[in-house]
Amino acid sequence: MNQAVSKRYKRTTNYLIGFLVLAVFTTLAPFVYIAMSSFKTQISLLMGDVTFTPTLMNYNEVLFDRTSDYLQNFTNSVVVTSISTSLVVVIAFFAGYSLFRMRWPTYVVNIFLIWSMAFNLIPSVTLASAWYDLARSVGLNNDYIALILAHMTLHLPMALWLLASFFREIPRELEDAAYVDGASFVTLVRRVVTPLMMPGLMATGILIFVFSWNEFPVALALTNNDTGTVPVAIAKYAQEEEIKYTQMAAASVLSALPALLVLLFGQRFIVRGLTAGAVK
Amino acid sequence: MAHHNSLGKVLSLTPAVLIFAFLALLPVINLFIVSFHEISWLGGTKQMDWVGVDNYVAIGDDPLFKAGVFNTIIVVLVATTAQVVIGLGLALACSSVGDKSRPFRALIILPLLIPGIVIGAIWRLMYNSEFGIFNLVLETIGLSGHDWLGSSSTALAAVIVVDVWHWMPFAFLLLLAAVESLPRDVSEAAKIDGATAWQEFRKVTLPLLYPAIFMTFLFRAVMASKIFDEVFLLTGGGPGTSTEVVSFTIFQRYFLQDNAGYGSALSVSIIFVVSVIIVIALNANKSKGLSQ
Repeated sequence: MNQAVSKRYKRTTNYLIGFLVLAVFTTLAPFVYIAMSSFKTQISLLMGDVTFTPTLMNYNEVLFDRTSDYLQNFTNSVVVTSISTSLVVVIAFFAGYSLFRMRWPTYVVNIFLIWSMAFNLIPSVTLASAWYDLARSVGLNNDYIALILAHMTLHLPMALWLLASFFREIPRELEDAAYVDGASFVTLVRRVVTPLMMPGLMATGILIFVFSWNEFPVALALTNNDTGTVPVAIAKYAQEEEIKYTQMAAASVLSALPALLVLLFGQRFIVRGLTAGAVK
Repeated sequence: MAHHNSLGKVLSLTPAVLIFAFLALLPVINLFIVSFHEISWLGGTKQMDWVGVDNYVAIGDDPLFKAGVFNTIIVVLVATTAQVVIGLGLALACSSVGDKSRPFRALIILPLLIPGIVIGAIWRLMYNSEFGIFNLVLETIGLSGHDWLGSSSTALAAVIVVDVWHWMPFAFLLLLAAVESLPRDVSEAAKIDGATAWQEFRKVTLPLLYPAIFMTFLFRAVMASKIFDEVFLLTGGGPGTSTEVVSFTIFQRYFLQDNAGYGSALSVSIIFVVSVIIVIALNANKSKGLSQ
């Protein structure tokens, strides 16, 4: 490459990096803004102060004030999300193994694929209304169990869809070899399939965890003050007569902590899961 | 080779089948039945009065639903297009910068992981007409502020901006995967033939990316058509019906007004439209074979 071309190439790269810096700034600025607001007093926020003395008052009130249900809501979210996610991953793993690796009539496989497609297309408010009526009829409205079951039903097709692309990547020869060696079904699943599927299970689990943690309309429909999840709690702040903006900001920052953990430790899996589900 | 352990095969699928039958299919069938009734709750017991197709007939006269359909179409078209254009630009920039872009990629996808309700809360603060950051900046440089969410001329645009900001990273991720899987030799051949960067993009890269762009547009359009969380927190469909969207209409009719019969009819109609789309898509795909 001659010098003029190399110089032009370098300049283009610098422009592109400038473009990326701008994109990252636009992405992060709102998060910085809400984080700063969460350390302000309500008055300081209302006055539009640029400089301020940080205070932990909002966090204190959100977490420990007697009138605040936030800690309860946070616990609810942890319970609902972890139970529904683990059950979904296990059920989807076995169902996927059976569906995609063993012989089933085509219509059985198709029912599951159409279910996946339909549940990705239908707005979840429609499903929320369907579950609400049933839950109320059997007296399970405002109960954890209804929300856990609903989240499982909402995310199982998505998990199956995601795992399908990972199952396709496992070479069949390994299973055949294990069968020839006389391995039982349980040994085959434990010793051969599970280790090979680990990256796929991680990607699916992390993604479903995030979806379940963030899910709002169904949680809103099926819970009350005692059983509400974090998004329901934050929405409640916005509906009050006089909005406590700084407390809403603190509650928002706390609710984003799991997402930050996921981004720090599981980014690879997130990217893999999101693209696997859509591209393949 | 066929595996013969049919007990393991059946048992493995059973939990998923049960969930499908009792928690997916049954509620939707029940929804269908409810949509032909008027529902009232008296002392904890459900009263169902048969009203035939009245609930469905009423949909045609529902001003909220009409506004919802109209606004949802606008949101889908504008937001999805913006996300694909920006996402494609960023994906191309990342791929041409190479390894140095890794830290940028990680940060750009952050909004995808945050609850929609929290995204709504963040932007509600920023849009606030009295102390929000936008009006503070405008006032600092001597312009007058604006009630972004409170005036019907800007509310829908404000919601669209939030949706673009929230979901652009999704388009970026999908398009980045596509850009990175492009064959390198084609663009090298174009360079050797003396193509300018723009010619190379226009005549080589872009045509190769059309299928991925189409898929991304489709995925994002489906997701955008279900927009709910942001609207719930930012505007509640208002002012007037200027940010009313389909999901929010169903929520208002079914839950806020406790009109389960009519709300169910709306839901069934949406499910019906979606089913028609699926049937069309499946028929278009039949030659490829669905189970592949």
